[in-house]
Order: sequence, then structure tokens, then C-alpha cells
Amino acid sequence: MFRLIFSPINLLIALFEGIGRYVELMISMFRSFFSWHKYINLIVDQIYQIGILSIPIVILTSLFSGMVTSVQAAYQFESGFVPNWFVGSIVGESVLLELAPMMTALVMTGKIGATITAEIGTMRVTDQIDALESLSFDPVSFLILPRVLAAVIMFPLLVIIADFFGIIGGLFTAINAMEVTSAEFIRGLRSWFRPWDAWFGLIKGLFFGLAITSIACYQGYFTKGGAQGVGKSTTATVVISCIAIVFLDYFLAEILL
Amino acid sequence: MIEVKNLSKSYGNRGVLSDINFAITQGQAVAIVGESGVGKSVLLKCLIGLIKPDVGTIYVDNKLINSMNFRQLQNIRSQIGMVFQFGALFDSMTVSENISLALQKLTKLNEDEIRERVFNSLKDVGMENTEELMPSELSGGMKKRIGIARAIAIQPSYLFYDEPTTGLDPVMIDSINRLINKFQKNDSVTSVIITHEMRTVNEVADRVLMLHNGSIIYDGNPENIKNEDNPVVQQFITGDSTLV
Repeated sequence: MFRLIFSPINLLIALFEGIGRYVELMISMFRSFFSWHKYINLIVDQIYQIGILSIPIVILTSLFSGMVTSVQAAYQFESGFVPNWFVGSIVGESVLLELAPMMTALVMTGKIGATITAEIGTMRVTDQIDALESLSFDPVSFLILPRVLAAVIMFPLLVIIADFFGIIGGLFTAINAMEVTSAEFIRGLRSWFRPWDAWFGLIKGLFFGLAITSIACYQGYFTKGGAQGVGKSTTATVVISCIAIVFLDYFLAEILL
Repeated sequence: MIEVKNLSKSYGNRGVLSDINFAITQGQAVAIVGESGVGKSVLLKCLIGLIKPDVGTIYVDNKLINSMNFRQLQNIRSQIGMVFQFGALFDSMTVSENISLALQKLTKLNEDEIRERVFNSLKDVGMENTEELMPSELSGGMKKRIGIARAIAIQPSYLFYDEPTTGLDPVMIDSINRLINKFQKNDSVTSVIITHEMRTVNEVADRVLMLHNGSIIYDGNPENIKNEDNPVVQQFITGDSTLV
């Protein structure tokens, strides 16, 4: 009975403790921001790991996202009341505003978030983080700052790539599956296009990158309990990041649109 | 000199260390022994400032380390070489990079001097020609030796060993014990060795501290511990589980 009453309270306490530790870790990271030049090699390495190596999977997912949007738009337009060239508008706006940043973030949660947590978590449970500290390195500057900075730089660039290939996928399907010419598709694309929509997608990418890598670093940094602990932290990263992404998606839309 | 006064540490409701007091003079080799989970590693991590005690003070070279900020701790840590239980080598770096990382951070040596120091450190632990190997290519004993090489490369005044011989075969235990003795005698460093192995205690330590239930129950030389009446101490040194 007592357990039933107290377990939600304990969960709430654990949640606030976790938020407190996360904020504390982020403050430490932002404090070390001005020493970024000391870690330039690590930042470049992370830009390669997080950004460059993720380009193929981002191209693949964005291409298919654009293609399926085109197919579904065509299905909606079967009634004939909406002109076919509208498919360009639908694909363009969907990709720029939602699909490119969202799909990129979800794919990167699995690819980058899980990897970062597993790496840092393993370092924690095998005393490598303590070893870093004993060698006078600040683990936050050494491990977390380069990853978060690399993500903040690379996520918007990945979103640009996703925008491009999403629209290319939509165009390809529209030409092949519907009787839409490329000129009509581009007419649709341009008719509803507002530059702010593209900027909005990039801003979302930046926030998603910050959220995914900071959550992943936090989960890895506070991992406990050997291999099982690393597994739990990695799962937590994926789950919490996905929730954070949908929350941020909504709030950024409310604030910026 | 290391001085620990009234040190206590607990995690939640579980008290790990309670009112610990001891001092280690320059050049001593002190073994800290005790059953698993008694708080030996926590004590060692407190000494290097990796864990902050709840109560009590720790002085290293007459400097209070509890209240030090990260930069002040860096100065103290540059004099302490720490050997972790499983080596704690950085997975993503080669042996050479593992050792040179600390030298780049803590010394003003140029690249050639660092390369020479890495070579000499590896030679000291009998691990020449392993510079380009990754930690995943090393056995447990090799990792521990490289961990020692990394610790001695900065030429510290203090060497802290966290279970340096646990899980090794008898020949490797002897080899590690000889290394500890070698650095102890030749470079007159102050050594603190966390261990379960009475063989290591007998071969390397000038003094033994035994922890039990968070307190020190024996503080003396390794010869006299055999005559100690405390059944917990006797049980530990004989390894007889029926004694207590």
C-alpha cells in the first residue's frame, strides 16, 4: 500500500533530480564553451562522425519521405477538384516545414544519440571518465562540448540536404506516378514558398541537434551499473529524445510560425 | 604527504566510510585492504578529488583538496599517477596516444620529448613495441601494465593503484608487484595500493590499513598483521570464510 502511494512520489523526485543534473551538466558545458578552440581536433572529428557519416542515411530517408508525400498528395487529388500542380506545393511545404527536420532528427536519434550514449556510458562504467579527470582533463569539455557543438553545426546542414532530396523524391514520383510535368511541379513549389519556411526547418534542426546530443551525453555521463546500465541509458536516450523532439516540434511551431 | 582527517562518505542511507583518519608520509608504500564493497576505491577516489567526501578533510602536500576548484585540482593531480582497476585505457586511442595525452596536457615537452617519454615508460613496464596497438588488442595484464606506464609517464610524486593485481595469473601478479617496488624504490614515490592480494601486501607494502564496515580496523606493518587478534583481520589474511 505504502509502495503504491510512494512510488509516484519517488518517480517525481527522480524526475526532478534528473532535470537538475541535466541543467547542471549543460551549465558546465556552456561555461566551457569559450575554450572550444582547445578541442578543435575533437570537434572536427565529431563533425565527421555526426555529420558526414550520416549523410547517406539522411539522403535515403528524406528521398522516400518526399516520394511518399507525393504519392499521398496524388491520392488526395484523385477527385479532380484540386489541380495536379498543387502536389509541388504540398511536397515543398511538407518537406521544408516538417518532414526534413523531423525525419532527420528521428533517424539521428537512433544513429547518433544511441552511439554517443553507448560510447560515453561505456567510458563511465570502465572508469575512463575518472581516468580523464585524474589526468587533469575536464570530461565535460573533452567529451560533451565537441559532440554538442558538432551537432549544432551539422544538424542544420543535414536538414538542408534532407530538404533537397525530399523535394527531389517528391518531384521524381510526381512525374512518374501522376501526369505532372517538372515545370508544373516547380510552379506549385514556388507558388507557396516562403523563405521563412526554409529557415524554420533549419532552426528546428539546430534545436533538435542540441536536444538529441545533450540528452545522449547526459544519459551516457550518468550511466551506472555495467553493460546493463549502458543498455538502459541507450534506450532512455532514444525514448527521451523522441519525446523531446515532438515537444520541441510543437513549441517551435507555436512560437515561430 | 597525505593527511586524511575525520573522513566520512555515504550514498543515500548507505554509509561507506565513517570517520577515517590516517596520514601517509613521503616515500611510504601503503596497502589499503578489506573485503569487496567496503569503500577502498571510494577512499582512493576521495584522495585524488574524484569523489567529494560528505565530512572531513584531505590534505595533499599540506593543501586542502576538498575545497579546491577544478584548476587547483589540476595542479595536485599533475603530481599523482593513478592506475585504475582494469587499466581504464581510452578505447578510441592507441597505446602511444593513451600515454602521450597526459604528457601533452600536463607537461611542456615537445613532440620528440613526448615520444621518448612514451617509449621509456613502455620500456619500464616491459611493453616495448606496443605503441600502435589499440586497447582491444591487449590482454588484461597488458592493459594494467600500460595503465601503469600512463601513470608513471608524468613522473608523479604519488602513485595510486586500484587493485593492480586482481584477476591476473600468479606470474603476472609477481611482475606487477616488481614494477610497483621498482617505482617505489628507484623514484622514491609515495604509493597507495588498493588490493585483495595478501601476496601483493607482503611484497610491496611498508604499511597496511584494513577497512571494515567503513572504519579502519588495522593500521600497522605487514609482518604484525599476522599476529592481529581481530577475527575479521585474521579471516581476511587467511581467507578462511568459517572464522567469523
